[in-house]
Amino acid sequence: MTDYQEYLGFLYSALASQNKKNIELTESTHLVADIGLSSLEVMEFIEKIEDHFDISIPLNILPDVNTIGELAVKVRELNP
Amino acid sequence: MLFDKFQTMADFQAELAEREVVPFGAVTEQLLSATEGIVEGHKVILAGTNNYMGLSFDPRCIAAAQEAAAKWGTGTTGSRLANGSFAEHQALEREIAEFYGVNHAIVFSTGYAATMGMCATLAGPGDVILLDADSHASIYSGVKLSEADIIRYKHNDPEDLAKRMRRLGDRAGQALIIAEGIYSMLGDVAPLQEIAAVKREYGGYLLVDEAHSMGVLGDSGRGAAQAAGVEADVDFTVGTFSKSLGSIGGFCVSPHSELEAIRFCIKAYIFTASSSPSVIASTREALRIITREPERRQRVWDNANRLYEGLKALGLPVGPTASPVVAVEMVDRSRTIDCWKALMEAGVYVNLVIPPASPSTNFLLRNSVSAAHSSEQIDRIISAYAGLKEAGLFEPAQAA
Repeated sequence: MTDYQEYLGFLYSALASQNKKNIELTESTHLVADIGLSSLEVMEFIEKIEDHFDISIPLNILPDVNTIGELAVKVRELNP
Repeated sequence: MLFDKFQTMADFQAELAEREVVPFGAVTEQLLSATEGIVEGHKVILAGTNNYMGLSFDPRCIAAAQEAAAKWGTGTTGSRLANGSFAEHQALEREIAEFYGVNHAIVFSTGYAATMGMCATLAGPGDVILLDADSHASIYSGVKLSEADIIRYKHNDPEDLAKRMRRLGDRAGQALIIAEGIYSMLGDVAPLQEIAAVKREYGGYLLVDEAHSMGVLGDSGRGAAQAAGVEADVDFTVGTFSKSLGSIGGFCVSPHSELEAIRFCIKAYIFTASSSPSVIASTREALRIITREPERRQRVWDNANRLYEGLKALGLPVGPTASPVVAVEMVDRSRTIDCWKALMEAGVYVNLVIPPASPSTNFLLRNSVSAAHSSEQIDRIISAYAGLKEAGLFEPAQAA
């Protein structure tokens, strides 16, 4: 299993192009409230993660995911 | 505040009221025929009713409804599981199963209940559902209630579906794949041959929603799966009576005998009153008519092609292929509202669609044609759009 920090690292780099406000990305950065991703941008971002790790992220887990750290935990769980 | 989340909608409603436009919930004050009416004070051609076979005013359907109301009363006042199963309901279930060439059918009170109920019940916690990203709201509502894992595949993209089935590994064999025959907003048809091939390769179960394709596609009007020659791969077909059959209600048919057990587990079936006998009777008659009168299918397609080619010739951004649903995609909300209003004033009622009901961030002027439209009515619809174009209501990029 890839280390949590590696997941975080990937998420930071995958978000770079969508970080239009250029804010500092941390584990506690909110994908919507802080970065301002639209629902369409969230889905594009999710797809990027899915293709990179060759997994599918079920829609039903997304309501529990607000921050980059929470997403890293979920992606790690889905990629044993 | 409890009501904060509705503020955006309230603001939008206020904007529409200020512009004296009523695109949502426009009141039909009088119906003159299946294709003409008086809506919000305008005499209009109805080009947004999904009345594909044009049967809502068929005298045979009306007579059947009247006779049933006299014989059975106005309503059942109960659930199918209690006092609401009349011989009429059972007969329609036999007939819709026969129409689809399978042995099992459930009739629901609405199409929404049928789709939502089946999606909510077939899969449960621990199961997995793969649904097209542009699925109807009833599918999204149902899968959410199922508590299964919900995975979206890209709209009409069998390769993306295959990739996601591969990623499921051993779980793929139990997965529920959901597709629609004709997608309701843009009128595009699902590539069911390719989707069925994915199912054959990886396993799983296939549910197809033929709400907008029943009556319209296939040699005997069963829908997109029949047209694609893949009915043997379809485990569950859901659909509605409120479009091609001109009434209201929904159904699920299946070759699986387990449907009879599933019936007793569907909350949207159990905890609601069954359809009124008059509705069931007109639906039965309409089903007989679309079976006996295949020329209606030809007429709806002739009208669809005429409208599609006409709008395309005007340079309007319509979909890639003709279909009984012809949508003009717009970028700007305000212009779309202006166009809708101008169409009403020109004597044409269409549907105004805004995100998230549209599949992208675009707005739609959604037209649907009927077998009951005359060629002259279709030409008048096209002329109304031409008038809008001449008046400069479309942006150059939209009418390029």
